[in-house]
Amino acid sequence: MGDDELIIGHRNSEWTGLGPIMEEDIAFSSMAQDKIGHSWALYRILHEELSGEDPDQFAFMRGEKDFKCCHLTEMPIGSYDFSLMRHFLFDHAETVRYNSLLQSSFLPLQQLARKVRGELKYHTLHADAWIIQLCRAGEESYLKMQTALDNCFQLACGIFEAGPDDKLLANEKVYPGEESLYEQWIENIYPVLVKASLNMPERKEPAFGGRYGKHTAYLQPLLDEMGEVFRLNPEATW
Amino acid sequence: MNDSLDPRINRLKLNKTDDPCKVEEGENWNIFEVFHQEKRGAHHEHVGCVHAPDAGLALVFAKEQFGRRKKCVNLWVVRSADILAFDVEDEDMFANNLEKTYRDASGFKVMEKINKFKAQAKSASDK
Repeated sequence: MGDDELIIGHRNSEWTGLGPIMEEDIAFSSMAQDKIGHSWALYRILHEELSGEDPDQFAFMRGEKDFKCCHLTEMPIGSYDFSLMRHFLFDHAETVRYNSLLQSSFLPLQQLARKVRGELKYHTLHADAWIIQLCRAGEESYLKMQTALDNCFQLACGIFEAGPDDKLLANEKVYPGEESLYEQWIENIYPVLVKASLNMPERKEPAFGGRYGKHTAYLQPLLDEMGEVFRLNPEATW
Repeated sequence: MNDSLDPRINRLKLNKTDDPCKVEEGENWNIFEVFHQEKRGAHHEHVGCVHAPDAGLALVFAKEQFGRRKKCVNLWVVRSADILAFDVEDEDMFANNLEKTYRDASGFKVMEKINKFKAQAKSASDK
């Protein structure tokens, strides 16, 4: 979860200063910051509750193979239709995941889920408004959004790749497991797609591998850039 | 002229100076005035404007533009064109306001009455 949020947060921040209009630039950048904030909160839980590394070291010093993010988050920003569709699919998935954590047996995650609920509500409101708006804005616009959905969908299904301990986590009631989250996600995005008259593609070959450290060629260059300043002096205090 | 690094600048096609400027459908967005409410029950105060294709997206934009720093519990957006206002030249209607001091609420000596009432209530409860 933390890696997904760090990487998509970094990706979406690449739009800062280049957004289609000023108001959207501010909103999208602000949400990218939220994502990085969520990853920091998760890395802190790892650090404080599960004796993980220092959050900054963990974020900036790890190699590609130690990252567990899904392929969807790694893809370059492309054009705005792609980035918006990714934002829509990812943030609905994130919402489903955090909502499930409201009942988590692991208290720190339960508390975090309560804390980010309002932020996520805004993120999906923003995404839904744009998707519906652009799908009703003429043929060219509609076709771009349908193409973006077709391009994103197998990648987005890859969010729900079960990790090695999926069953254990579900049995311990930490969270309900990937398959259950996937079903809830489909249930949540479907009404929005209907409103936007978009056709939901079939799940064929989800882009799996990320949860086991297998990544696309786009991740390493992102990590190089993201950690460039930090690695000048990893001991520095920020 | 070279292309800018900023796609928003390039979209303005500033280097094609001879062609007449044509506004495509959907390019002309509305301006919406934004009103901010700091706590439940408080007045909504005007804080600025956003431009957006419709009221829904105006609210979405306003949230990040005006609701992300100080305390905020709600926002209103109103299409600027829907606001009725006086013309600038009608400012003279208000010109003599300062002379009409009898309209100032400061003329009423209410505090004396309140204090008297409080003193009465206190002495009544003391008995």
